[in-house]
Amino acid sequence: MGSEFVSLSLPPMLIGIFAAIACALPGNFLVLRKQALIGDAISHVVLPGIVVAFLFTGTVTTWPMMIGAAVAALVAVILIEAIQRLGKIEPGAAMGVVFTSMFAAGVLLLERSDTSSVHLDVEHALMGNLESLIWLDAFGWSSLLDPEALAGLPPELPRIFIAMVGVIAFIWIFWRPLKISTFDEGFAQVMGMQTGALGLALVAISAVAAVAAFDAVGSIIVIAMFICPPAAARLMTNRLGRQVGWSVVFAILSAVFGYVFAGYGPMWFGGQDSVSAAGMIATVSGVILALAALFGPARGGSQA
Amino acid sequence: MIWQALTLQLGYNATLVAIGAMLLGVSAGVTGTFLFLRKRALVSDAISHATLPGVGLAFIVMVAFGGDGRNLAGLLIGSAATAALGLASVQWLTRRTRLAEDSAIGAVLSVFFGFGIVLLTVIQTMQSGRQAGLDGLLLGSTAGMLFSDAVLIAVGGALTLALTLLLRRPMIMVAFDPEFAAAQGMNTRAVDFATMALVMAVTVVGLKIVGLILIVALLIIPPVTARFWTDNTARVWQLSGVIGGVSGFIGAAISASAPALPTGPIIVLTSFTLFALSLFFAPNRGVLAAILRHLRFQRRVHMRQGLLALAQGQPIFERYTMRILAREGLARADGVATDDGRARAAKALLDEKRWEILRGMADHESTAALYDGLRQIETVVTPDQLAEIDARIAAPQGVPA
Repeated sequence: MGSEFVSLSLPPMLIGIFAAIACALPGNFLVLRKQALIGDAISHVVLPGIVVAFLFTGTVTTWPMMIGAAVAALVAVILIEAIQRLGKIEPGAAMGVVFTSMFAAGVLLLERSDTSSVHLDVEHALMGNLESLIWLDAFGWSSLLDPEALAGLPPELPRIFIAMVGVIAFIWIFWRPLKISTFDEGFAQVMGMQTGALGLALVAISAVAAVAAFDAVGSIIVIAMFICPPAAARLMTNRLGRQVGWSVVFAILSAVFGYVFAGYGPMWFGGQDSVSAAGMIATVSGVILALAALFGPARGGSQA
Repeated sequence: MIWQALTLQLGYNATLVAIGAMLLGVSAGVTGTFLFLRKRALVSDAISHATLPGVGLAFIVMVAFGGDGRNLAGLLIGSAATAALGLASVQWLTRRTRLAEDSAIGAVLSVFFGFGIVLLTVIQTMQSGRQAGLDGLLLGSTAGMLFSDAVLIAVGGALTLALTLLLRRPMIMVAFDPEFAAAQGMNTRAVDFATMALVMAVTVVGLKIVGLILIVALLIIPPVTARFWTDNTARVWQLSGVIGGVSGFIGAAISASAPALPTGPIIVLTSFTLFALSLFFAPNRGVLAAILRHLRFQRRVHMRQGLLALAQGQPIFERYTMRILAREGLARADGVATDDGRARAAKALLDEKRWEILRGMADHESTAALYDGLRQIETVVTPDQLAEIDARIAAPQGVPA
């Protein structure tokens, strides 16, 4: 059990947990700022970015894809802003125009280019391949201390870990300005804060989290983790600090239980094969949100 | 090939699909207008993603009862059921908790979609090979469609369109002025509900053609595009319907003309092309019109300042001002006014003085407030009033002691 767990289940579970935390942290502020759907938009436009990066380089390697996805996210944010201002269109509709069109362009590019030799398709982009991120060099818990075995870890694991650390650092450093500008933008401006730049930085750090997570876990988890844990946490407390704490707890619970249910759940019902871990993690986060909406102590209250 | 497709000569199925896509586009465009005007465009995104678990459940149920899991009608009924559940969840979360609508939308769409993916993987393991049709509903696929499915879509599109046209009057009233509609004795909640039901119908019919991820584009892009062309509120929905219909038809035709041109993305990109053209070239609200307007304004300001400078004998250092004056033959290149220029400059200075007098006249306060430095005074006062003002300018003004 031990060695099998370390090589087959530990890495994907850790990747799921890190991805969930990296997305849930900025999600707290997006939910409070009523920008929750930015996460939705970003995760859609990542696809054309990755496809274009593939067309340029001809290979599925990490850095070009990350850069492509980041550029696509940036283009989308600029386009949304431009359409909103030029056409005096409400933000939701402007977002809808941009992310659907860019996603459509991504799908079309994908269909028109020869990607049969590489692992790149729409389903992969949606669901990720969490289950396949296994650690073949591990032989039990002792491998965690063995540098040779550690070198064989799936590369997604250190990548998402670094992204998570980056997100945590951003939130920790800008905690006060983020908090003030989220709750009272006018006051923050009077205090001399660059609220515009801060808002953009928040979107940028969300994009970083989304792109890093997308690679490993697909876009469903990204959207679910941006919104569900923070939304559930918001129904638990009136204090921002506690809300962020709750959201991290919910994110970890979703990732762990989602992965376990997906891997072992079908066996309890007599099935043989596992189901999509990404889908199950999203489902569990939804169940947590539903419970919070039913029983959360701060579910209906106004701001304290 | 593309010409044949546009003139409906690519066979019975392609023709039915193109007509179905057109009808769907028209009803999506019209229905989407009301969502857009209610500022709830993205609710449709939650609804469309929430169809996926319904599709999976319907497949499982149909197979469990020994039927063919791919029966499109059955799949569509299932998708409508969970779409309704998704919509109800969004409403419930927004009403019963303090979460804002955007969080509710995002939560519902990701969770329902995630659960749908779980069901799809369950189906994959159930009976390998028989699942093939379900992936197509994510992004739409019309290639190799059954004749009965094509008929179902064409009929569904026609029915949705008929219902939309039937309900358009109450929907217009509620979209533009909910309070007024309520005061007229209209049940606004029922109308809102009907709008949402139509959105669901569009989504469900569109599953096979456009796919559930992109159907939301058909509900959002046409009304946004239409909004660029008219400020007349009653026109927006008609125009939006036309734009939706054209996108649906052209998109389906292009997609039928060659392989590897997926229908959904092509339809979305066709409507985006129409949107981009409108964004740039629409009169009044378009980018080009705005740029021209700005240039015209800039020119008038420079003209005015240049003439006043000429009248007062001040040198002009602004190059752009100088260029305009020279081109109009009002000044020579060295900044000296021509006869024509002197006459126009004198008039400009006189008008400035007239405005000044007008501002001093108490009973013309509201007229004087129109002064913005560019407006011709003749356009705001009658010739009689102008004569009165001129009389005051000419009148003796007292001698400084």
